[in-house]
Amino acid sequence: MAGVSDAELKKMTQEERVTALGMRTEQLTGKSLYIEFDPDATERFTYPWAPDVDFNKRIEVDTDNMTSTEVNAKIRGLMNEGYGTIVLKNPRGKHSIGVGILSRLNLIIEGSTGYFGVGLIDGPNVRITGRVGWSCGENMMSGTIVVEKNAGSTFGAAIRGGDLVCRGSVGSRTGIDMKGGTILVGGNTGALSGFMMQRGRMVVCGNAGKNLGDSMYDGTIYIGGTIQSLGVDAVKAELTDFDKKWLTRKLTQHGLMPEKGVDHFTKIVAGKQLWNYDNLEPTEKKIIL
Amino acid sequence: MCGIAGIIHRGKSSNVGGEMTAMLQALKHRGPDSTGYAVYATSKNPEDYIMRIKVAEAEDRAVGHGVHKLIAERIARVDAILKEHGAKVKSKEAAREYALRYVLTHDGDTAAMATHIEEDKGTEILSMGNGLELIKDLGDASDVAGAYGLNDFQGTHGIGHTRMATESDVDIKSAHPYWAFPYNDISVVHNGQITNYWLMRRQMEKKGHRFQSNCDSELLAVYTAHNLSNGVSLEESLRRSISEIDGVFTYLVATKDQLGMAKDTMAAKPLVLYESDDLIAMASEEVAIRAILPQEIDTYDPYDEEVRVWQA
Repeated sequence: MAGVSDAELKKMTQEERVTALGMRTEQLTGKSLYIEFDPDATERFTYPWAPDVDFNKRIEVDTDNMTSTEVNAKIRGLMNEGYGTIVLKNPRGKHSIGVGILSRLNLIIEGSTGYFGVGLIDGPNVRITGRVGWSCGENMMSGTIVVEKNAGSTFGAAIRGGDLVCRGSVGSRTGIDMKGGTILVGGNTGALSGFMMQRGRMVVCGNAGKNLGDSMYDGTIYIGGTIQSLGVDAVKAELTDFDKKWLTRKLTQHGLMPEKGVDHFTKIVAGKQLWNYDNLEPTEKKIIL
Repeated sequence: MCGIAGIIHRGKSSNVGGEMTAMLQALKHRGPDSTGYAVYATSKNPEDYIMRIKVAEAEDRAVGHGVHKLIAERIARVDAILKEHGAKVKSKEAAREYALRYVLTHDGDTAAMATHIEEDKGTEILSMGNGLELIKDLGDASDVAGAYGLNDFQGTHGIGHTRMATESDVDIKSAHPYWAFPYNDISVVHNGQITNYWLMRRQMEKKGHRFQSNCDSELLAVYTAHNLSNGVSLEESLRRSISEIDGVFTYLVATKDQLGMAKDTMAAKPLVLYESDDLIAMASEEVAIRAILPQEIDTYDPYDEEVRVWQA
């Protein structure tokens, strides 16, 4: 707490408290939502309504003859019964499986999913043994999704947090409009990846298609292979020691570390000639602190 | 939105009709207005032509009971034209009153005969060829397959389409696939929007090609026919289309022994591919491929500007 006691904080105004906590080191433009840090509140990692699940309580569900709606209702019902590890079998490309899970859960999907799989999640760890269709993990807030095979286009569209991992190759427009979090790809990515990226990090061990990072506001893209072309306002940047350490840690964590290391990665950032917003959210600064 | 699907068996025949029905039924949610098939088999009689026609549209029902008389007149006219051009009809079947399948032999100018038949605006040749059977009608895949007896069709490859009408009417003439008139055994299905349709259509019309509908997808069939008639290979035609046709599109083309795909420069329309040594399957969504291949398989999305052609 940077040497400030709770008692001192309580006497401060909101503005003084934020500054004392080191959360405002730069002028905000007013474009971001402002969230006050409350020193009296304990960390809330789960929503108040989240079911209390036990990861050791495991169940398998055969989804072959179920609709997506029935599968998702089943997941919620099982979580309310305390199941913390749910295995879905025979998803057979169903769309929108596992969406909107807002609490801790180990979700294992044995097979492939269709569009919008495990989107809008906040917390669960998901492993998919097959392939995923378009927009996997869209808008995820936190948690981890690991896809063992390939993924379709718009992988991780607009994600705000968490780790989204594809061990194979992904389609076009990966991480479009992403606002945070990390996308890791073991293979290649298609055209317009990182389009209008606003924050977060994207790592592609293979090649990237044309117009990489087009119109990106901010964020960082690391490419291990070739780049067909850069998009508007996407520029190369120096790969620093910090970048290398972060890449090594993250790729090792998910078993994607290349044999030749990470020195060959190309770093792409926004040139900020097109957009230039200073809108780091206080919650992110809190993480940095 | 629309859904497209294709399947090709390498070096063997299979129940392509049943497989396509399963795939297209799985894509029903992408387009419930109409469903179409272009399925191919190796003909036992290479000299035979298979011609599928339709002689009425939904709009023709406006004449009430008179539609039956109208249909009978149109069929009689087709029969007369076939006779006039020296075609010998070996068989004639009607899956529905307005949808007929002819098996015929013809030694003359088949394109001239086809043009003559289509001079009546109410009559459209859906397909002509030696191996192609092109069926399209309103309703979902199970409806169409049931009515036209497709569930047991044995063949080498096929393409299909479920249509959500966006830019033209809900009718058979706007349904896919499109036959590449007047070239035997060539068919096209498409998912997307072509933004230079009218410009390209005028260019094609100036070169003598005919259009039966106002559906932008028909342009792809005409465009393909134009290229192939000028000696361009299927692969080169698909490749050229990416720069010459504007819009967002993924489309499939089938010939007597090939199946090809092309994806536009933005890769804005989906396609999922499965490829093995003896089978290639593709569809707008994985769920269609899983309808025929429930086991764990590797699939992937082709990238922007990708063109592929497979041999049966």
